[in-house]
Amino acid sequence: MFSRDRWSEIIEALTANWFRTVLTAFGVLWGIFILVILLAAGKGLENGVKQGFSGIATNTMFMWTQVASKPYKGMPKGRRFSYDMDDVTAIKDQVPGLRFVSPRNQLGGFGGANNVVRGLNTGAFNVYGDYPEIIQQEPMDITTGRFINYSDINDKRKVAVIGEGVKTTLYDSGEDPLGTYIKINGVNFMVIGTYKKKSQGGDIEEGQKQIFVPFTAFSQAFNRGDKVGWMAITARDGYSITELKENIIDIVKTRHTIHPEDDRAIGNFDLYQEFSKVNGLFIALKAVAYFVGVLVLLSGIIGISNIMLIVVKERTNEIGVRRALGATPWSIRGQILMESVFLTIISGMAGIILATAVIWLVNIQLSGMDTSEMMFLNPSVNLGVVMIALSILIISGLLAGLIPAQQAIRVKPVDALRTE
Amino acid sequence: MIEISNLHKSYKMGANSLHVLKGINFKVAEGELLSIMGSSGSGKSTLLNILGMLDEADEGSYILDGVHIKNLSEKLAAKYRNKFLGFIFQSFNLIGYKNALDNVALPLYYQGMARGERMDRAMSYLEKVGLADWASHLPNELSGGQKQRVAIARALASDPKVLLADEPTGALDTKTSYEVMELIQEINDEGRTILVVTHEHDIAQMTKRIVNLKDGVIIEDTLISQNRAAQNV
Repeated sequence: MFSRDRWSEIIEALTANWFRTVLTAFGVLWGIFILVILLAAGKGLENGVKQGFSGIATNTMFMWTQVASKPYKGMPKGRRFSYDMDDVTAIKDQVPGLRFVSPRNQLGGFGGANNVVRGLNTGAFNVYGDYPEIIQQEPMDITTGRFINYSDINDKRKVAVIGEGVKTTLYDSGEDPLGTYIKINGVNFMVIGTYKKKSQGGDIEEGQKQIFVPFTAFSQAFNRGDKVGWMAITARDGYSITELKENIIDIVKTRHTIHPEDDRAIGNFDLYQEFSKVNGLFIALKAVAYFVGVLVLLSGIIGISNIMLIVVKERTNEIGVRRALGATPWSIRGQILMESVFLTIISGMAGIILATAVIWLVNIQLSGMDTSEMMFLNPSVNLGVVMIALSILIISGLLAGLIPAQQAIRVKPVDALRTE
Repeated sequence: MIEISNLHKSYKMGANSLHVLKGINFKVAEGELLSIMGSSGSGKSTLLNILGMLDEADEGSYILDGVHIKNLSEKLAAKYRNKFLGFIFQSFNLIGYKNALDNVALPLYYQGMARGERMDRAMSYLEKVGLADWASHLPNELSGGQKQRVAIARALASDPKVLLADEPTGALDTKTSYEVMELIQEINDEGRTILVVTHEHDIAQMTKRIVNLKDGVIIEDTLISQNRAAQNV
């Protein structure tokens, strides 16, 4: 069936009318082009947005205290409470499947008063008391020096890791901050490292204006005792923080005598849920791309089917001759089907190649720019998508040829021969 | 070779039915050169189509080389056409985008013959009709007479039992007609059975037997002394 003669027959038939063949092929070319470009653009957008999440343990929740909104066991409503280190231990012990439970304390805040001084320079920064694990939950690049480690925690060393934003405010350009001292709320801390944070939903400026000090040193220096301001909790791979969340909150509620149905006492932000929403968005986007692309492709296919019908009509006489010479109905049918599939695949391949070329050009353009702040990165389609597109093409080529092929053998040879 | 008895055929034209063949009986022996004559509407083309298995009779029997031709599936009909019959048409019916050689090779292609052998065979038949030099030309680069020669070579290519020619000279001028008839006579001299449908008397005189058809019945069936076409050219 795939002999050289079959191929030369097909090539001959298709090249007999170049202009028409090219016009027909264009329909399918355009369809597959749109499909691939849409999918690649969707992928590019997805890459760009997920870049913001890159490195972040997305299986993470943040948990802080609010005000008890229901009276419980003799306790009034409107009561304030705060976490302590025993909560952290309890959560670690009682909830399986957790990777990190990082207690955090915080000083300052957005738009707060100046709290950090170095010489004549002052600034208002967020100061966090943290455990070393936090760098895996809220990733940052250490540009010089090092991050906090467990020796700092155990010895309660007054050391600090400062952001690039802090550095530009407090230091002259070119000055090396390592080993120098900054005064946070009147307490001296030695700078041991600087960091630069990756973009995270736009507040890149704010992200660089933070100072990290060891949790234990923070508690001691600023009189927090064993109080914990809030926690960043990450689940292990294979566990969903969204499912573990209820359990964690219940433990904390019990420990602080909060009404079990008091939903407002404990505030939390579930990164995983947010991430799932974003993921859902891209699944929807992909579905739209397929929908539009396949519909455009379909109109191309209908074009091919139409043209094949005309071709069959035009070649009625030829088909009659072939049958008089001994062509079986199946060989006629096969011929028409193969022509249709061949035309579809060739034009589809051309479309894929064209789309790939466009994507390639876009990537070349993008590679010259700093894409870290862009919502668009590395648009691409993987081989699987191309394979899917190809199989759609083959199937649709067959479908496009089916009606014309049937039409071709419906005419009786004697009637076909009479057609001039 | 061909045995036909009591052949009937009618065409439905809306509410009316047109009875074209009203009981045809005749036999053709091997090696005959026979012409079927008649005015238009006499049923000669219908008869030829039934003989060529392009159409099927309503009634009657048709035996070709000992094989009953009845209720054939399309596939079997295609096989028999390829094996038993060669067609020559008034309008040549060459395939326009194939060159002369490929046109001649087409029946062999449907026999499933390998390409090399097929081309050799096709070439030898083109030589036989004197068009070896024109093998790579497309039909529209050939004259009418040349086209018909290619068509004859094509009809011969599958080495059929019977050649069926439907007005083979209908589209040609007299001189070319005679040349084509000369070729047909030569082929017949080699022993091949040939049926020619025509309405031209001079062409019919060049065959060995004339069957005269009128209104769907045979009114005359005579053996004649053949006019050699070569003398008229």
